[in-house]
Amino acid sequence: MSSKMNQVLLDPLFNNNPIALQVLGICSALAVTTKLETSLVMSVAVIAVIALSNLSVSLIRNMIPGSIRIIVQLTIIASLVIITDQILKAFLFEISKQLSIFVGLIITNCIVMGRAEAFAMQNPPWLSFLDGIGNGVGYAIILILVGFFRELLGAGKLMGQVVLPLVTEGGWYHPNGLMTLAPGAFFLIGIFIWLLRTWKPEQVTED
Amino acid sequence: MERSTGYIIAFAAAVCLVCSVLVTSSAVSLKDRQVENKRLDRQKKILVLAGLMEKGEGIDTAEIDERFSDNIQAHVIDLKTGDYDPSADTGNFDQRKAAKDPSTSTAAPSNNSGIQRVPNQVLIYHVLENGEPVTLILPVEGKGLWSTMYGFLALAPDTTTVKGVTFYEHGETPGLGGEIENPSWTAKWIGRLAYDETWTPVLEVIKGTAGPVETDPTRIDGLAGATLTARGVSHLLDFWLGESGFSPYLEKFRAERSAS
Repeated sequence: MSSKMNQVLLDPLFNNNPIALQVLGICSALAVTTKLETSLVMSVAVIAVIALSNLSVSLIRNMIPGSIRIIVQLTIIASLVIITDQILKAFLFEISKQLSIFVGLIITNCIVMGRAEAFAMQNPPWLSFLDGIGNGVGYAIILILVGFFRELLGAGKLMGQVVLPLVTEGGWYHPNGLMTLAPGAFFLIGIFIWLLRTWKPEQVTED
Repeated sequence: MERSTGYIIAFAAAVCLVCSVLVTSSAVSLKDRQVENKRLDRQKKILVLAGLMEKGEGIDTAEIDERFSDNIQAHVIDLKTGDYDPSADTGNFDQRKAAKDPSTSTAAPSNNSGIQRVPNQVLIYHVLENGEPVTLILPVEGKGLWSTMYGFLALAPDTTTVKGVTFYEHGETPGLGGEIENPSWTAKWIGRLAYDETWTPVLEVIKGTAGPVETDPTRIDGLAGATLTARGVSHLLDFWLGESGFSPYLEKFRAERSAS
């Protein structure tokens, strides 16, 4: 694997994370992360959509007329999102009910269109595919971390299994109600961004 | 580079064609599984309502079907007369289809639930214990804010004490109106009364907080940020517990029980 490929695939994980550095895709990162399980499924769905949309846009990038390129990208992304939603409804019905409209809203996730427009329009298919995977995984890392802490601290569970027995069920753990609500995710994402920028000071934005 | 208008239109058409073929084929090929999932989901909700299954309990399809057939008896009833129809095929009864077909439905009287037509017959469930019905599960539906909400209301054999409620299909705003699915809200229904002494439907969802079951049995806590959804729930209770709904059937049910 060439260094260019490495860079395209690995950069979005920490050096150029779509959520932590570009602060994109926050809406769904708040909405679906109350539990680890939904975070995982959402992550997989987003990775699949970004990778495939980058691949398809890149395949036809030289044929797309510039004047309608945005709407063409949008059509491709929308179709992929519908197919993803259909597959989830058929094979993971319970989880698809919990994710409700947020699977459909992947289409409005700025990361997907951002990568199609900024990367796939200029780069060959394989590289674009890797870029999609990289950005999807970058998104997924944050989503899974947030989901992990929200479920653990908010409900004392992981993947639905009790880890910290709750006081209400005879245990010792007082659940942190804030974590089950959207603001809890804001605090967590804020903390992650702070930690990441302490680790990599070059990400700190100038005042 | 500049493209001709003809090229742009042809390109757009081609993209649309390819995308629509992909979307359609995925929708068509997965439809059977999705319909089956919906059926199982509905059965699970009924089992939970009947107290035959824990919420979130992982049981497979065969187990669901078994618990269902062992404990639950389906009946097709005639709404107007309240009589059972023993000849009806309960397995393939499709209430939504029946409500659309003019030959199996009648125009609904004016109501606040957005119900246009009432089916002549509906499918209800009895939860049995030693052969005796201990819970009646009645299908209800009505307009919320955005969508028609479909659910089941469970009543005790006295036909007024609520044993539970569940909504299995709706398109209300997640987090606001969508909270009608929230178990901690539906738990507040248990023990409340659907009717007053004269058998007039009285149960309603109010704005704000209702009292405890003992002192305030005919009102249910409202849902913050979902006034219109809550109002829709009140309206659908009013309709389905009323004369055009299950009132004739429940009256017959009570009469039969006191006779035996």
